[in-house]
Amino acid sequence: MDPIQQTPQHRPNAVRRFFSAYVFSSDHKVIGMQFLFSSLIWLGIGGLLALAVRWQLAWPWSNMPFFGNALFADNGGQISPEFYNTLFTMHATIMIFFVVIPILSGAFGNYLIPLMIGAEDMAFPRLNMVSYWFMWPAFACVIAMLFVPGYGASAGWTSYPPLSVLASATPTETAQTLWVLALLFAGISSMMGAINYMTTIIQMRAPGMTMFRMPMTVWAMFVTALMQAFALPVLTSALIMQLSDQIFQTGFFLPENASANNSMAASGGGQVLLWQHLFWFYSHPAVYIMILPAMGMVSDMLACFSRKPLFGYKPMIFSILSIAGLGFVVWGHHMFISGMSRMLAVSFMVSTMLIALPSGIKVFNWIGTMWGGRLHLTTPMLFSVGFVSMFIIGGLSGIVMAAPPVDIVIHDTYYIVAHLHYVLFGSSILGVFGAIYFWFPKMFGRMMNDGLGKVHFFLTFIFLNGTFFPMHFLGRMPRRLADPYVYDSLKDLMGLNQFMTFCAFAMGATQLIFIGNFFFSIFFGKRAGENPWRSNTLEWTAPSPPPHGNFLTQPIVSRGPYEYSHPDRESDFWPQAEET
Amino acid sequence: MAINGVWPFAACQMPPSFSTAGETIDNLFNGIHVLAVVILLATGGLIGFVLWRFDHRRSPDEKAAYFSHNTTLEFVWTLVPGIILVFLAFYQMSAWSENKMVRPTTIVNDVEEQPPPLVLVKAKQFGWEFHYAGEDGVIETADDLYIEGLLVVPRGQDVVLQLESRDVIHSFFVPELRLKQDVVPGMSQFAWFNANQTGEVDILCTELCGWGHYKMKARLRIVETDEFETYIEELRSTYKAPLASATEQLSKTSVADAGVTRD
Repeated sequence: MDPIQQTPQHRPNAVRRFFSAYVFSSDHKVIGMQFLFSSLIWLGIGGLLALAVRWQLAWPWSNMPFFGNALFADNGGQISPEFYNTLFTMHATIMIFFVVIPILSGAFGNYLIPLMIGAEDMAFPRLNMVSYWFMWPAFACVIAMLFVPGYGASAGWTSYPPLSVLASATPTETAQTLWVLALLFAGISSMMGAINYMTTIIQMRAPGMTMFRMPMTVWAMFVTALMQAFALPVLTSALIMQLSDQIFQTGFFLPENASANNSMAASGGGQVLLWQHLFWFYSHPAVYIMILPAMGMVSDMLACFSRKPLFGYKPMIFSILSIAGLGFVVWGHHMFISGMSRMLAVSFMVSTMLIALPSGIKVFNWIGTMWGGRLHLTTPMLFSVGFVSMFIIGGLSGIVMAAPPVDIVIHDTYYIVAHLHYVLFGSSILGVFGAIYFWFPKMFGRMMNDGLGKVHFFLTFIFLNGTFFPMHFLGRMPRRLADPYVYDSLKDLMGLNQFMTFCAFAMGATQLIFIGNFFFSIFFGKRAGENPWRSNTLEWTAPSPPPHGNFLTQPIVSRGPYEYSHPDRESDFWPQAEET
Repeated sequence: MAINGVWPFAACQMPPSFSTAGETIDNLFNGIHVLAVVILLATGGLIGFVLWRFDHRRSPDEKAAYFSHNTTLEFVWTLVPGIILVFLAFYQMSAWSENKMVRPTTIVNDVEEQPPPLVLVKAKQFGWEFHYAGEDGVIETADDLYIEGLLVVPRGQDVVLQLESRDVIHSFFVPELRLKQDVVPGMSQFAWFNANQTGEVDILCTELCGWGHYKMKARLRIVETDEFETYIEELRSTYKAPLASATEQLSKTSVADAGVTRD
């Protein structure tokens, strides 16, 4: 046949095949990697925003070298106070809704759940694909903010009304509306994912994979999905109410005669505190949504590299479940000074104290797992140990804040910023890094460079502590101040802030090692083989990378996931699917 | 761009306490921190020891121990922290109820009464207004004495502030008094303290309230009771009472001036 006639028939097929395999794929592994790549890109953007915040805190109103003139040209090369608010608002929004939640549930949840339970895909593959593509309208909203006044929302990631609702109070009203829309889309995406994960874990387990033979990662993803399914509807309805306050001039969250700057009073008649209750009813469980999956993955990595059964498998599961349950009744500890009844503070204090208990049990069990093991200090293991130690610091400062008399002093100061970064960066992100190093061989069939990985770990660990530990000493410096040094009593804190900024920039630069290692290893890394870490769980019996449909033969599970160093066996591991 | 005073010791401490509630709160603050540091050092040390002792390179030919749980140990490390937490909870519950839960009362004619607020604090973008009672001795009336940016209070007696907002949420924070209270539009909040020292300190806003949040500051001056009375007398004699509506108008205009071109 004439080749000129052949091409037009051929090309659409090839293009369509490319799109269905890599773009609009319903394969859980491709969707997982799409989540992974988009979250990593947003991690970079969110990190740069944080560095700009740190710059302003160290050298307020000074011209940023290299970038200042290009970025802030209309303000003479400086960060303006409005833009400072935008910077930290968008940093938090991006890190929470576009990085930590999607990378844990979206990327690792998607990739690992079917592989670890021996299923060929999710229960609802199409829904899974839609769940990823619902993130893109959210991304579009955030990008659209760059073209409206203020270049982004500036009412904080908590978006408290009336500031976020009254056009007369904030210069970024359009961006506020885009912010609400972005969160709505991201929330709907998570909700679809959560339904899928729950159904898959309940319905699609391989023969022999009982609930109590599932790896901790799957348990953690399961409980996380439960929490998302119960908490997100509350956030969604609250967001729709705020949207309606902004667009249709309703007054869910506005008091009678709400106005600012001599503007006309809004209709009002609502309750300002209602938003805070609804928002924290979602956002406190969200704190656990942002750490439970990492806890699960770290448990699996610790057992594998200790070559020892996970200590206290069932207590670990019960503590995850009780964290999830208690997580729904502690939201009021964000509101001790909000004007909420002071009697109520006592009950929230008690529930918050209680939630420290399962967290402590997990830490002791992790140490028990390592005790008596034969530790292999590979990069993922180092990140896992880093996770545990940073979680101890973050957990202990949490106890300090649970006490209302103490919390009123440190509330909304840098002490809180220290705590939340120890939990979200020190724990969750270190756990994510460990998980990337650990499952990279399965995803791409090649190993990441271990030497570079260790350099990445040690530098990140040092600089993260250099950045966030001194914040514990700044209990008298309120957060969200564009220039703290206008207060005489805070002038002496400048040196410490400059030190933290140096560490933050060094930590940012360290991530270049990771980026280089990641892309180099995709193409030139050492070939991994099926099971480079000699791990027990099912995903390591599939080829690396697993083909569409995952397993070459249906795995039959004969034992739990943690049979390392069994005394009757010569080898120090015993894969779940190996026949007895 | 010089780094001055890197070592954090100067920043470590909370500023000295100026209030009677401060001591209880500071004891709690320090107590929990001592406990936290002990737990941190113990668990951190344990992790360090485990990493050193059980490294596979120390005994390359041996297999790891094979055990998966220990019920006694699980009970111990659930109960011991549990008891500590319950103790902490009860300890701070009393600190909370004594100092922050109920407004202080005085006995008048054998009847327990809540004294009226001394000052009406109005927060707005981006400043603080302080309204003292006029001739009638009650706040929120036409003859209120109104001043911006400086709050003067007497030492050695319970001072109750009534906090209201003109626009968005603000938060009234005086580190020295260990006092912080959100100021919520549409609600009246009450905050109280008993200052045991004289001096002048910063009042900070700790709830994000807009572009000028960072510069929303005022000063608090604590003086002896007789000095306070003279101050109020002076304020009263030199004060030109604007019309009731004019006060409202005045404050609103000044807000608009501060925020020109912002809406």
